Amino acid sequence: MALDSKIPKGPLADKWTKHKSNINLVSPANKRLIDVIVVGTGLAGASASATLAELGYNVKTFCFQDSPRRAHSIAAQGGINAAKNYQGDGDSTYRLFYDTIKGGDYRSREANVHRLAEVSTNIIDQCVAQGVPFARDYGGLLDNRSFGGVLVSRTFYAKGQTGQQLLLGAYSAMNRQIGRGKIKMYNRHEMMELVVVDGKARGIIARNLVNGKLERHSAHAVVIASGGYGNVFFLSTNAMGSNVSAAWKIHKKGAHFANPCFTQIHPTCIPVSGEHQSKLTLMSESLRNDGRIWVPKKLEDVKAIREGRLKPTDLKEEDRDYYLERRYPAFGNLVPRDVASRAAKERCDEGYGVNKTGEAVYLDFAAAIQRYGKEQAHVKGLDENDAALVKKLGQDVIRAKYGNLFQMYEKIVDQNPYETPMMIYPAVHYTMGGVWVDYNLMTSIPGCYAIGEANFSDHGANRLGASALMQGLADGYFVLPYTIGDYLADDIRTGTIDTDLPEFEKAEASVKAQMEAFVNNDGTHTVDYYHRKLGKIMWDKCGMSRNTKGLNEAITEIKSLREDFYKNVKVPGSTGEFNPELAKAARVADFLELGELFAKDALERNESCGGHFREESQTPEGEAMRDDENFTYVSAWEFKGEPAKAKLHKEQLDYEEIEVKTRSYK
Amino acid sequence: MMNLTLKIWRQANANAKGKMETYQMQEVSPDMSFLEMMDVLNEELIDKGIDPVAFDHDCREGICGMCSMFINGEAHGPDRLVTTCQLHMRKFKDGDTITIEPFRAKAFPVIKDLTVDRSSFDRIQQAGGFVSVNTSGNTQDANAIPIEKHDADKAFDAAACIGCGACVATCKNASAMLFVSAKVSQYALLPQGKVEATDRVLNMVNQMDEEGFGNCTNTGACEVECPKGISLENIARMNREYLYASLKG
Amino acid sequence: MTLIASSIGRKLTMALSGLFLIVFLTQHFAINITSVFSETLFNEISHFMGNNPLVQYVFQPILILGVLFHFTMGFVLELQNWKSREHKYKSYKGGANAPWVSRNMILSGIVILSFLGLHLYDFWVPEMNYKYVEVLPLDPNRYFEELVHRFENPVRVGIYTLSFVFLALHLYHGFASSFQSVGLNNKYSKAIKSITVAFSIVVPIGFVFIALFHHLTAF
Repeated sequence: MALDSKIPKGPLADKWTKHKSNINLVSPANKRLIDVIVVGTGLAGASASATLAELGYNVKTFCFQDSPRRAHSIAAQGGINAAKNYQGDGDSTYRLFYDTIKGGDYRSREANVHRLAEVSTNIIDQCVAQGVPFARDYGGLLDNRSFGGVLVSRTFYAKGQTGQQLLLGAYSAMNRQIGRGKIKMYNRHEMMELVVVDGKARGIIARNLVNGKLERHSAHAVVIASGGYGNVFFLSTNAMGSNVSAAWKIHKKGAHFANPCFTQIHPTCIPVSGEHQSKLTLMSESLRNDGRIWVPKKLEDVKAIREGRLKPTDLKEEDRDYYLERRYPAFGNLVPRDVASRAAKERCDEGYGVNKTGEAVYLDFAAAIQRYGKEQAHVKGLDENDAALVKKLGQDVIRAKYGNLFQMYEKIVDQNPYETPMMIYPAVHYTMGGVWVDYNLMTSIPGCYAIGEANFSDHGANRLGASALMQGLADGYFVLPYTIGDYLADDIRTGTIDTDLPEFEKAEASVKAQMEAFVNNDGTHTVDYYHRKLGKIMWDKCGMSRNTKGLNEAITEIKSLREDFYKNVKVPGSTGEFNPELAKAARVADFLELGELFAKDALERNESCGGHFREESQTPEGEAMRDDENFTYVSAWEFKGEPAKAKLHKEQLDYEEIEVKTRSYK
Repeated sequence: MMNLTLKIWRQANANAKGKMETYQMQEVSPDMSFLEMMDVLNEELIDKGIDPVAFDHDCREGICGMCSMFINGEAHGPDRLVTTCQLHMRKFKDGDTITIEPFRAKAFPVIKDLTVDRSSFDRIQQAGGFVSVNTSGNTQDANAIPIEKHDADKAFDAAACIGCGACVATCKNASAMLFVSAKVSQYALLPQGKVEATDRVLNMVNQMDEEGFGNCTNTGACEVECPKGISLENIARMNREYLYASLKG
Repeated sequence: MTLIASSIGRKLTMALSGLFLIVFLTQHFAINITSVFSETLFNEISHFMGNNPLVQYVFQPILILGVLFHFTMGFVLELQNWKSREHKYKSYKGGANAPWVSRNMILSGIVILSFLGLHLYDFWVPEMNYKYVEVLPLDPNRYFEELVHRFENPVRVGIYTLSFVFLALHLYHGFASSFQSVGLNNKYSKAIKSITVAFSIVVPIGFVFIALFHHLTAF
């Protein structure tokens, strides 16, 4: 089956408006006859559920957490972009569109990104109307800040908890519809299988995590909003429960999986502290506005620091290597995430890492504290040469800006970042890849949609800061609810889908068999044992830098790990009870398949772009080198029985409005 | 490295009786988070063929509000302004005995072990924790109504609630006033929320009472134990809003 | 009606009845303290209070209702609170996050209620008996002697003293807390807390002082 992205004809700026006017609609009376399932309640899932219900569809929404409000969008810190141009600094829809395409290293679909930039402004209006408490200035108007990789201030924020506030806004919109009976909410339910009837998505098999019962739910369309798959690395900034299962199940039923190797490694995370580590904590990118990143210049200083003989604060300026400022003078510490992460890895690989494991660099606020302190002293007419006073005033400014992040760091690391530089290291954060969707956000299975981080569409090979929240809400509030009507318009006479159909029966039986196989396996190793092993393979061989040899090894190793998993995994308890280990086993089983496809995709894409760095494709200075001639396409993989046999479909990316250039931040 | 004795509430399901069980933990690193220590315990239990301890957790960075343990007599343990997932073992000493219980309230029935059902919080929100604006995006411009920074900041402080239920768990009366008042306050402070303030506070309080939470006696324990430092001011504000709404409505 | 049925409404009524009782306590104290320095003044005021129809037939029933309401509602709420956590904690560190007084209002309340029983038996019952049952002749000068007579017994003085300690504890939380309950928590709250501390110390000590004074000077 050839890929049809269904991009509307016409000039880029008019595509969405025209498309909205041309697609089929479902009348309000008929919407009442149509059921839609939404899996996941992050920004995309919650906003889609709310709007679909608002429009009149009967919505059934599922989340594995104990409440829809817990979805991991809640943890997003920094902000949300929108081309409002409130600051009057020359921002526009086009500029947001352009920055996003460039930031994504020219591997995203032009029409989708332009639409995203267009609806971005509605998001802010919508959220304010819902009572989302964005930061404001003293005039009572909305405040903005700047993020990595762009030259304007277009990021709206709510302290370091923007994701939380936006998600709670969407959750409140959902609550309103739940109260009205238009959304039926299924908490602590996990989607286990997609049910396809006559080639169309017609329902799901869900597992009630409290009592283990399998349930059949039918609908006229199924929307997957289950987030990204960063947890394939075991250690990531994702929540413990974040998983690929819903996306992977639909992939196995016919939905293509696009660009799985495009993963964002975020540069500012708290380093791993030991073997027991279960997850990594992100420190907002906004810290790079004021923090300077460095490692010692001399290896003997590194050794002394690791052994505790030397304090970082005692190291002289000339003995420090501010490597980002050295390599990228134009953007300095504010280069995009992929660039900052690779640079940190490069230094640590050379032996300059500053913690015990050798995997950490410094993020230093001393200079900012001095600068702000002097400024404050000047403003207040105090002595600018009083070192103690300047330090205190400077720390106050830093506290006001990043207080909650500094506190979080101190709680975890037990060091005071006001006095000594923070230690940071890159960690897996976001997955740009995901389920392939067309312009309408429909996957290659008719009636099955994917939105938010679960799809692949808007961020190309690297996502810019504060764009994930924008995309999730754009898809959920303003895109999917309209495009889905185009498909559902044909379903107004279908009537309720019967859950006694043989397809439901078969799907349920397969899930039941898998669950029982797990608890009866009587193996030797826990689920986490396999997950950690998988994570190590992924991090070592499919991490920040990749090469043919490592990727080939990864493919073999993951495959054999998967076989070992099915033979030797030990899952306690039974299927008919609250059994978190069983739920975890099912998720890890899917990661073990995805991981292999991930490596296969990374191997196939023999170029460096965005977060995907192939050692074979770099400039003499070690910068990433794209191969536009051969790789300006989306890799969409079709499942053929097992990951190794997946078939590649290429969606060529055509840039009509944008001139494809080498990304430079020097 | 520390050796610890853990006393943990074990209860197979909602209807089972449940009791405290004692487990020994060796070689616990002070750098571990409390939940990582629980992970290690569970790995050991599985190896020994004992059912692992079921506990809720997800983001492990103190924002999702899913983790919910009552540790040594306090919600989220002895540290302040943290959730259980942010609590680190360095807060304990070698040889300590740690008692771990689920959040307890009639409105938070136990599902298994340390996992409780907090859907009563969702139902309170469904009763009125929203602004009735449709999600078409065709609202007025976001900057059409300026909001005094002071009010916006206060609304944010209230909105920072993560819905973990520590306030209920720690309150001697199992009252949910801090949680409910945080939501009521957020909207009461913003012009967008004021329009339906009357119905909101009446409906949410009504639902709160129906769920079987206790009454507030102003002990202030909730504020101290709240991982996000939600202020008692919000409760006073809700009392005010409620009084006004009752007289009006 | 929602007011008295809802949790917040009940809390509000607790606060208002409590504040009302504080007002009563204040005037009661103001009258009693006169007994320390002027027997005549004390007798005069007592006579007025005991025979003014407004006080007797309007204020006194309101006061009785107020007291009845305050403790009945206190018990109702306590029972409800107790039920809202049917399964208790094995380990509960209440002291880590809230002062003892705020957590034990029911205890201090019960002590005060018991004291009230004794107090009524001591003063109010004989008074009612005097005035309405036996209908003895008006004697505007009997009050002081009766007062002094009551404090002859050191055991009674001891019980009074102990009870006032609990009253102090009850007030220490209740006074400021009632402002929170009626929705007042702002820049004045600090001042209210200071007044609460002062009031909850001065008034009970004052009552104890009166009892001790008469006990010691009676001989």
